Amino acid sequence: MKTGAIAAARLVAARDLRLAFRKPSQLLQPLLFFMIVATLFPLTLTPELSRLRDAAPGVLWIGALLSSLLALEFLFRDDAVDGTLEQFALSGQSLTWMLFAKTCTHWLLTGVPLALSAPLAALALGVPVPALGAMIAALALGSFALSLVGAICAGLTLGARRGGVLLSLLTLPLSVPILVFGSDATRQAIAGAEIAGPMYMLGALTVLGVTLAPLAAAAAVRIGLE
Amino acid sequence: MLRVSGLHLWRGDRHVLRNVSFEAVPGRCLLLTGRNGAGKTTLLRAIAGLLEPEAGQVTWRGAPTRTTRNEFHAELAYLGHEPPLKGDLTARENLAYSVGIRRPVTGTEVDAALARTGAATFADRAVRLLSAGQRRRIALAGVLLAHAVLWLLDEPATNLDAEGQQLVADLVSEQLARAGLVVAAVHHSLPLAAESLTELTLDAA
Amino acid sequence: MNWTWFHRFGSAPYMYGFARRWAPWFGGVALLLMLIALYGGLVLAPPDYQQKDAYRIVYVHAPSATLSLMIYSTMAVAAAVGLIWRMKVAHAAAAACAPIGAWFTVATLATGSLWGKPMWGTYWAWDPRLTSELVLLFLYFGYMGLRAAIEDPQKADKASAVLAIVGIVNVPIIKYSVNWWNSLHQPATRLLGEADMDWSMVWPLLTMFLAFMLFFGAVLLIRLRAELLRRERGASWVREVLS
Repeated sequence: MKTGAIAAARLVAARDLRLAFRKPSQLLQPLLFFMIVATLFPLTLTPELSRLRDAAPGVLWIGALLSSLLALEFLFRDDAVDGTLEQFALSGQSLTWMLFAKTCTHWLLTGVPLALSAPLAALALGVPVPALGAMIAALALGSFALSLVGAICAGLTLGARRGGVLLSLLTLPLSVPILVFGSDATRQAIAGAEIAGPMYMLGALTVLGVTLAPLAAAAAVRIGLE
Repeated sequence: MLRVSGLHLWRGDRHVLRNVSFEAVPGRCLLLTGRNGAGKTTLLRAIAGLLEPEAGQVTWRGAPTRTTRNEFHAELAYLGHEPPLKGDLTARENLAYSVGIRRPVTGTEVDAALARTGAATFADRAVRLLSAGQRRRIALAGVLLAHAVLWLLDEPATNLDAEGQQLVADLVSEQLARAGLVVAAVHHSLPLAAESLTELTLDAA
Repeated sequence: MNWTWFHRFGSAPYMYGFARRWAPWFGGVALLLMLIALYGGLVLAPPDYQQKDAYRIVYVHAPSATLSLMIYSTMAVAAAVGLIWRMKVAHAAAAACAPIGAWFTVATLATGSLWGKPMWGTYWAWDPRLTSELVLLFLYFGYMGLRAAIEDPQKADKASAVLAIVGIVNVPIIKYSVNWWNSLHQPATRLLGEADMDWSMVWPLLTMFLAFMLFFGAVLLIRLRAELLRRERGASWVREVLS
């Protein structure tokens, strides 16, 4: 009598959530990083809010990207080191499904908090309040897509030396479409214009990611476990 | 039930497994012996499906494991060098998760298994605070709980005291008595009845 | 359908012999075609109405761009073949392709930059094609970086194969998103007008495409020989070949 797929996914999520709350610093660091990066831009550009507003979509999205690259480090690494990732591969459950569950939980722990705390950075960059809702939505969706793509690269770099830098090098080109549409949605929101177009594209990218990325991540992880 | 035929495997430039073939039957324990670096761990991982051989195949119940991977894994319990435990969780939590994703398991079952392997006394401490031997006992409880037909054990008695070594032998004979199969890589032989043991020696290249 | 021809390509000694025999032919014909194309493009073709002679860099720029993309596709296909059919030669071919493709991408960016100066007065412009090429260069670097970072050669082969396949799926998406981005901010600027080019300008371009492809074939075969020798250095056929 085997555990059903949904039950297994729920266990994976529960485990990762419990582990995350036992070591909360791991969650806070990427968030703080995002805030610091958002602060550095005005320091290096200009204190004028009106000009910062133009740069805001870029600053927010690059900050979000860099922050999720940091967070991606601990998607698989801990599990690979103590052997529990291997247990996923040997569990008799679909590895694709298990990794998808892990990625979703990871997004809940990193992407969602980022999206929800982005208004702090956004207001500091001159983003008008009416645009904040759309910005949060775009960041939430975009960070989910980033987590999916990042999971593939995290799996690929499991067996690599200096995996951290390589992970960034691999993920950045693949994240270009997400950045383009996400920042466009944010820019439209700031200008008070219609955001449906880029949001739909972002949604399409996410759907594509959900269908294909976990498969590639599972293939990558299996190779990394060899 | 488990048949390995003509297995060849390279790790980098080294031809680690050369034409390895054997058959394992229920009720008998197959001991893999050989010097360090002979390929015992590699062979176990290849059987488990973690490594892909360049040639040859592994069949379980007549079907190649490459094609029936999930079904094969549902009947397999693999214990590697390092006990696969999350340091921040307790033994109970670890087993609830690692066994839970395979089959529904209750807290009572987990407690019973931990008691059987002598891990009940430290079952509620975070695993990172435990010694290597204690972790191994927890991992053995996990193997028990898996209710698996085939056990692949990589040096199961490492870090265990004399009582622990006997425990491993007892667990193996119980598994054999249940018509299970055990393939174990060992340095020294297990204290089991001679008629239930088969030995396969791998020589280093 | 008899597939033995396909599986013969999976044999390293066969591919080595094949590469040794055919590389000079590919190279020779490529050189010949290049000379013809250069003569046609630089001497015979008339100057462009708007750009005068500056457009002639298209004879290097456009084939380089096409080839940079074509090589990535070839690399991904070879990697997929290696992954699915477990052919070591296919993995070797993919590894051999990567630096060639990267160099063609650099050539595209460099020639694009040189073209930009007379066209727009700057050495760099965020033209959608150049931007996509830049991202493609990063994809190549990622591929080569991943290969270099993984010690075990079989793992490196398989992991980079997955990356190449993921990359090739992403390339159209990246191109689309870059085009979208570009269209938001400025009217579409093309380096070469879509207006019909005179046949005298087109045939040297087509010849150059062919020449570059054959050139790629020649360099790939040469690199493949070296790659096969390196990977199979313990095998008996290598000792025979080198003696």
